[in-house]
Amino acid sequence: MSAALLRINALNAWYGESHVLHGVDVEVNEGEVVTLLGRNGAGRTTTLRSVLGLVGRRTGAVMINGRDAIGLSPHKIARLGVGYCPEERGIYSSLSTEENLLLPPLLGAHGMPLDEIYAMFPNLEKRRASRGTHLSGGEQQMLALARILRTGARLLLLDEISEGLAPVIVQALARTITALKEKGYTIVMVEQNFRFAAPLADRFYIMERGRIVEGFAASELQGRMSMLHEFLGV
Amino acid sequence: MSETFGIPVAVILGQLTLGLVNGSFYALLSLGLAVIFGLMGVVNFAHGAFYTLGAFAALLGLQYFGVNYWAALVLAPLAVGLVGVIVERLFLRHLYQLDPLYGLLLTFGLALIVEGSLHQVFGASGQSYPVPDSLSGVLNLHFMFLPLYRAWVIVASVVACFGTWFIIERTSLGASLRAATENAPLLQAFGVNVPLLKAATYGGGVALAALAGVLASPVVLVNSHMGTSLVIVVFAVVVIGGMGSILGAIVTGLALGVIEGFTKVIYPEASNIVVFIIMALVLMIRPAGLFGKD
Ligand SMILES: Nc1ncnc2c1ncn2[C@@H]1O[C@H](COP(=O)(O)OP(=O)(O)OP(=O)(O)O)[C@@H](O)[C@H]1O
Ligand SMILES: [Mg+2]
Repeated sequence: MSAALLRINALNAWYGESHVLHGVDVEVNEGEVVTLLGRNGAGRTTTLRSVLGLVGRRTGAVMINGRDAIGLSPHKIARLGVGYCPEERGIYSSLSTEENLLLPPLLGAHGMPLDEIYAMFPNLEKRRASRGTHLSGGEQQMLALARILRTGARLLLLDEISEGLAPVIVQALARTITALKEKGYTIVMVEQNFRFAAPLADRFYIMERGRIVEGFAASELQGRMSMLHEFLGV
Repeated sequence: MSETFGIPVAVILGQLTLGLVNGSFYALLSLGLAVIFGLMGVVNFAHGAFYTLGAFAALLGLQYFGVNYWAALVLAPLAVGLVGVIVERLFLRHLYQLDPLYGLLLTFGLALIVEGSLHQVFGASGQSYPVPDSLSGVLNLHFMFLPLYRAWVIVASVVACFGTWFIIERTSLGASLRAATENAPLLQAFGVNVPLLKAATYGGGVALAALAGVLASPVVLVNSHMGTSLVIVVFAVVVIGGMGSILGAIVTGLALGVIEGFTKVIYPEASNIVVFIIMALVLMIRPAGLFGKD
């Protein structure tokens, strides 16, 4: 078994006074696609935000590539090679599409070159001069993804990237994720859309009220369907 | 000679030109305020004090170190900008989580300390800064004789203002600054050192004020309170233009200088308050300011 690229241990997180994560343990190996499933409000977004240091307070351990990230500021955590697609996509309205794309600084030597990105997402090239928020929902999601691929981040944290998109766009996204997996990216996906996530993930975690309640490999998926049904209603 | 409202056109044009000189200072100062407010949410009441510091830096640099005008034009904003960075790191950064009122109070207190100290050391009477030789002539505009130095002030401010606008709107540094205004935590999660960006922004904003101070030093008396009354007008300019609007601050600053000049010709008694009357009108009709987004 390869080394864990991301290891979260006994992670607790707070928004102000409210205690949201209660001892979360997650392990993601290099090159794996891991999906966090759970109901609304289970704490999946908070888990990703905690990895990046974007919550009010957190305790426990977050190891990225063997480095302890819990005491670092968000910009130093990003520089460990982490790329983040937030749930709300985070496209800047005062920036053009291309400015959005070029905004995150390079984090490593192996960023995807711009021409490769434009080959992967041709619409972004066509609309490079448009205001970021004037793109369609699907294009904005492509932009949010392309933006972190350019930086050379090898650990991608993707929060509900399929949410609210037309089925053809979701299929295109699935192909993109598959391609990224082949290129060796390590991916943590938060998903509501089980049918999108199921064929892509190597492993699954299920969250409930700020805790991980189950973790299993894709090969065990068939045997877990009734349990998934109970937790997620899928 | 032709007349308008019974006033010679040459006189009107002359006042408009002088108004443009004042407008240049308004533009530079309100631009700095707008940058600081737009990007950091800080109402920088110390702006006038930094303007004064810029003028004093030029004056003392000349008197004690023989720093000439042209060098002062670069060095004084750099030095004052550095002071701004230190102020941000030491004090301001602790206030971002709090109500903007705290930043306003802190910078207001800072202004009092700076101006009080300068008053203590240098007294109330002002000193004059010599106009540099190469700018000491007079320009014949046919309707008036414009001192060359005042023409230079207009040119230098316009260049500095549009240079700043260019950096913010057209460069990748500017893209980061705009992104920080919109969603700073996400920008930081991308790997941008946002705390440093904020310190640099404050430093840059007050450096613009210091630049205005250096430009002003040959045309005003350099004294501890030179910024006090000016900054009140400049705040009105920012409110009229729309808090945080870069282009709005520049255009409004220049335009209000000209309007003030015009008022001096047609109704001199109102020239000191016309800016505030316009501010009141704008606040009634467009509370977000002429260039502001509601
Ligand atoms: N900024 C915040 N301040 C206070 N509480 C928050 C904040 N953001 C989330 N919470 C609370 O934290 C809990 C976990 O939220 P989180 O966003 O992590 O859930 P989630 O699993 O991503 O679900 P979903 O995205 O479907 O809503 C919820 O109870 C939510 O109400
Ligand atoms: Mg969520």
